[in-house]
Amino acid sequence: MFRRLKELKKNILESQVWRSMFRHDYADTPRNRTLQIMSNVWMHLHPPKIRRHAIRIRFTWCMGGITFLLFLVLTVTGVVLMFYYRPVAEYAYADMKYLQFDVPFGMLVRNMHRWAAHGMVLSVWLHMFRVFMTGSYKSPREFNWVIGVILLTLTLLLSFTGYLLPWDQLSIWAVTVGTNMARATPLLGHEGPFAQVAGVTPRYDARAFLLGGTIVGPPTLLRFYVLHCIFLPILASLLMIVHFWRIRKDGGISGPL
Amino acid sequence: MGIDIAKVGAEPEEERDATTWSRRDFLSLAAWGGVLAFLSTVTVAFMRFMFPRVLFEPTPRFNAGRPDTFQPGTVDTRFIQSHRTWIVRYEDGSFFAMLAICTHLGCTPNWIPADRKYKCPCHGSGYYMDGFNYEGPAPRPMDRVKIALSPEGDLLVDRSILYSMKPGGDPDEQYPDSLLRA
Repeated sequence: MFRRLKELKKNILESQVWRSMFRHDYADTPRNRTLQIMSNVWMHLHPPKIRRHAIRIRFTWCMGGITFLLFLVLTVTGVVLMFYYRPVAEYAYADMKYLQFDVPFGMLVRNMHRWAAHGMVLSVWLHMFRVFMTGSYKSPREFNWVIGVILLTLTLLLSFTGYLLPWDQLSIWAVTVGTNMARATPLLGHEGPFAQVAGVTPRYDARAFLLGGTIVGPPTLLRFYVLHCIFLPILASLLMIVHFWRIRKDGGISGPL
Repeated sequence: MGIDIAKVGAEPEEERDATTWSRRDFLSLAAWGGVLAFLSTVTVAFMRFMFPRVLFEPTPRFNAGRPDTFQPGTVDTRFIQSHRTWIVRYEDGSFFAMLAICTHLGCTPNWIPADRKYKCPCHGSGYYMDGFNYEGPAPRPMDRVKIALSPEGDLLVDRSILYSMKPGGDPDEQYPDSLLRA
């Protein structure tokens, strides 16, 4: 039992997946203790120096940097909007209109949030395209590519959850259509494959989990608001820290071959 | 580091029997097992937390009134706003109740009397009067719900009893029970 566990541990630790994530082992040696501190994420958010090719706009398009800038814009304008917006069915739409017409600079802040959101979706796609076309996803950067794919998904989810918050016809129907796709989730959706095996019903499935009920209603608005303002941004921020740190630890921005 | 703290109190590696666990192994596994048990319990509890016992949603049952207020050969849209349900009456006087939910992605189609068809504004699915899908991306006819007569002679619709249509078949033949002969 013990030996088999050790073998399993050895196989996991020596697999490519594990080694792409963790670059040194955890044995309690002076060298590893030093490495743990020296490669610490908090010490590598900002590089002391970068290579000349890393700032060549024709190679990087600066798409990752623009994406991060837009994320910062979205965070700041989003927090400002939170001073007026209430995620309650009776108030949400009126608060959005109030921001637009009666709050000084409200229209500016709302539109900055809106256009930065559109821009961020565009720039992450272009960033991914650039990384793919320059082959920058290859070893040792394969783990960072995976982080990037998760970040892309989080960006789309942030965009999707934010879309409901104006609480107008467009957003309600867009979210109705979007969350109806969750019906078809294998095992977790009541119209998906193996739904009977898992015993899910329209009342208790992945879609009801997202909506807080069986229709897009007030609980959905509150749920999407919490996801949009708390859960997804924190998750994205954590992964962004790892993403930037990984760039540095994998030898900086990849260069032209 | 004069003394390696990790090695103090541990048995020498080569003397350890393959089948026995040291006190350190046992305590370590027990502690991690406890952490895992706590986290998985909390995860399950959170998943349950997200499904409230009571939902504040429209009631699935409603009274649609007297049958003679519905003209034969028409689709009644009175209950679309309140209950998202059409009451349809064929020329022969029989009724059925159909959910105004497009089977493509769940929008509300419109009944267009001039064309005698339901048309979904989202992606253009079209349905005949009986709910059969004949154009656009909708994969199957629209679903019907139970309609019955109350002892007082009113039409009662129960949206919780669903006649879920399969692709391709005539809706009336798939669920003869969905029709109320009057």
